[in-house]
Amino acid sequence: MGRATYIRRRLILMAFVLFGVTVVIFGMIRILPGDPAFLILGDRATDQKAAELREQLGLNRPFLEQYWMFVSGFAHGDMGRSLLYRQPVGDLVLTRVPITLALAAYAMGLAAIITLTFGILAAINKGGWPDQLIRIGFLFALTTPNFWFGILLILLFGLTLHWFPVAGFGETLPQHIWYLFLPALTLALQLSAVLIRNLRGQIILTMRSDYVRTANAKGLSASLVLLRHVLRNALLSTVTIFGLQFGFLVGGAIVVETVFALPGTGQLLIQSITARDYPVVQAITVVSAVLVIVVNLIVDLSYSFLDPRVTYE
Amino acid sequence: MSDLGARPLAKATLAQVTPVTRSRMIRLQPTLVSGLILLGLVVVVAIAAPLLTPYDPIEQRFTEAFLPPLSPGHILGTDNFGRDIWSRIAFSTRLDLQIGLLSVLFPFIFGSLMGIATGYLGGKLDTILMRIVDVLMAFPFLILVIAIMSILGPGLTNLYIAVGAVGWIPYARITRGETLATRHLEYVLAARTIGCSSGRIMLRHILPNVIAPALIYVFTGMVLAILTGATLSFLGLGPQPPTPEWGAMIAEGRQFLLLAWWMTTLPGLALLVVGVALSLIGDGLAERRGA
Repeated sequence: MGRATYIRRRLILMAFVLFGVTVVIFGMIRILPGDPAFLILGDRATDQKAAELREQLGLNRPFLEQYWMFVSGFAHGDMGRSLLYRQPVGDLVLTRVPITLALAAYAMGLAAIITLTFGILAAINKGGWPDQLIRIGFLFALTTPNFWFGILLILLFGLTLHWFPVAGFGETLPQHIWYLFLPALTLALQLSAVLIRNLRGQIILTMRSDYVRTANAKGLSASLVLLRHVLRNALLSTVTIFGLQFGFLVGGAIVVETVFALPGTGQLLIQSITARDYPVVQAITVVSAVLVIVVNLIVDLSYSFLDPRVTYE
Repeated sequence: MSDLGARPLAKATLAQVTPVTRSRMIRLQPTLVSGLILLGLVVVVAIAAPLLTPYDPIEQRFTEAFLPPLSPGHILGTDNFGRDIWSRIAFSTRLDLQIGLLSVLFPFIFGSLMGIATGYLGGKLDTILMRIVDVLMAFPFLILVIAIMSILGPGLTNLYIAVGAVGWIPYARITRGETLATRHLEYVLAARTIGCSSGRIMLRHILPNVIAPALIYVFTGMVLAILTGATLSFLGLGPQPPTPEWGAMIAEGRQFLLLAWWMTTLPGLALLVVGVALSLIGDGLAERRGA
């Protein structure tokens, strides 16, 4: 199979997954026993309120028509009206997505630096004390609850040492970078914990391959072999995992935003759940799933360009 | 965060790097042993919580509020309601271990059976399962769980349902992969030749041979479930107050961060200990299989 066929198949799969995502979200509130209107409003709602909501959400129309309204609405950027803010959900969600995305991108950048530094350090000292130390350190990072770690960072670097602000995200770009450092670090450490394990293993594996032995035998310097020969190949699988972890990164960002009082999607999601603002919850779930799908597509495609040997199955 | 993708790769890497020798198989890994000891201690605390703690975890004594750790009578201090932190942490151990066990038990059984069935039978069933997996994997785990909880409402039972709705996927993927590698092996062909039914082959012949990696993943799954439970409870979607739960305790302590750092710090440490214990066991078992 050639690259073109692969890309076409990948896009068809993506279309299918998008369809599936809308079905899951659409079905979620309707599949449960009981009246969705009362599920949203709570049991104590009056019949009149419930009837209004049913009308507003189109719950009193035939099933297929409801689904069509839901999907075509999303395609046009019309995601309904927020029950709490009484404004279009699209505006509400889309103004907050950039903050969450910036946080995720920042965290990915930090994670890349941390992973490369410690992954290489662990691999070239395999079995030695730096390797053990890194292994234990990131085992802790993997199991540390991110919301708790974020609070500890606030306590230490914000409230006690006053090095970093404890909430908000600033106005200018340097301010953004400064304000978002602690939240991004919180996310990055956990992400790196997963990536370092993989990178370390891949480097060690690649070091044993024939072409690395050849490169060494040619008398190339160790650092050149590491950078040009080993790392290039070892990174391929780490990049894939990076893509797979994006969903967890977005989920983590939701929590970390709450901790650092960042006005992103996460804060909105938590507010909306407390206020039972279901249209907003629904929209955020769809938008986050679409983000994950797109990022994974980009990773898969870039993979096929990064590694010319890739066979498409 | 989970390492859904990392685990199988890490395993393959270990298997290729480390030569198989008999002595390594028998020797107990320090990783596994330290994990088991740590988890043993946690389980003892959970079982013996009423004996180990002098106070009722939800009893309020306003005259004793905000006592720092190592105060007389309150080894880990007290919270804003004067409740003993050690008692709350110890009783919460029961709840969090229960969350870890129950949110993994049903997904493990369902996922493994699905994985074996689709891997062995193949065809349409397999395609359908893989597409369902593709769709569910598109959602960020935590956001989907939060969305489900938002419909079902907060609480422990709904937490199990929400986590379980997506939690079965890793087990299905692991056992499916193992089954695909097993289904053409001679002992399976032999069983088929002597006329065993598909159900018998899957349950009696394939399952015992493919279940180990899924069982190892159970420990990662428990860490993930406990962290998810604590996160939801931190966000106010878990067990409701005054029930002691580590995530909720961390949330309660947030308002008093400078006044009483121990209110947030100590429950987090408890979470960390349980997470590390389970991860060490999982890693140790994976090493044992790989070595």
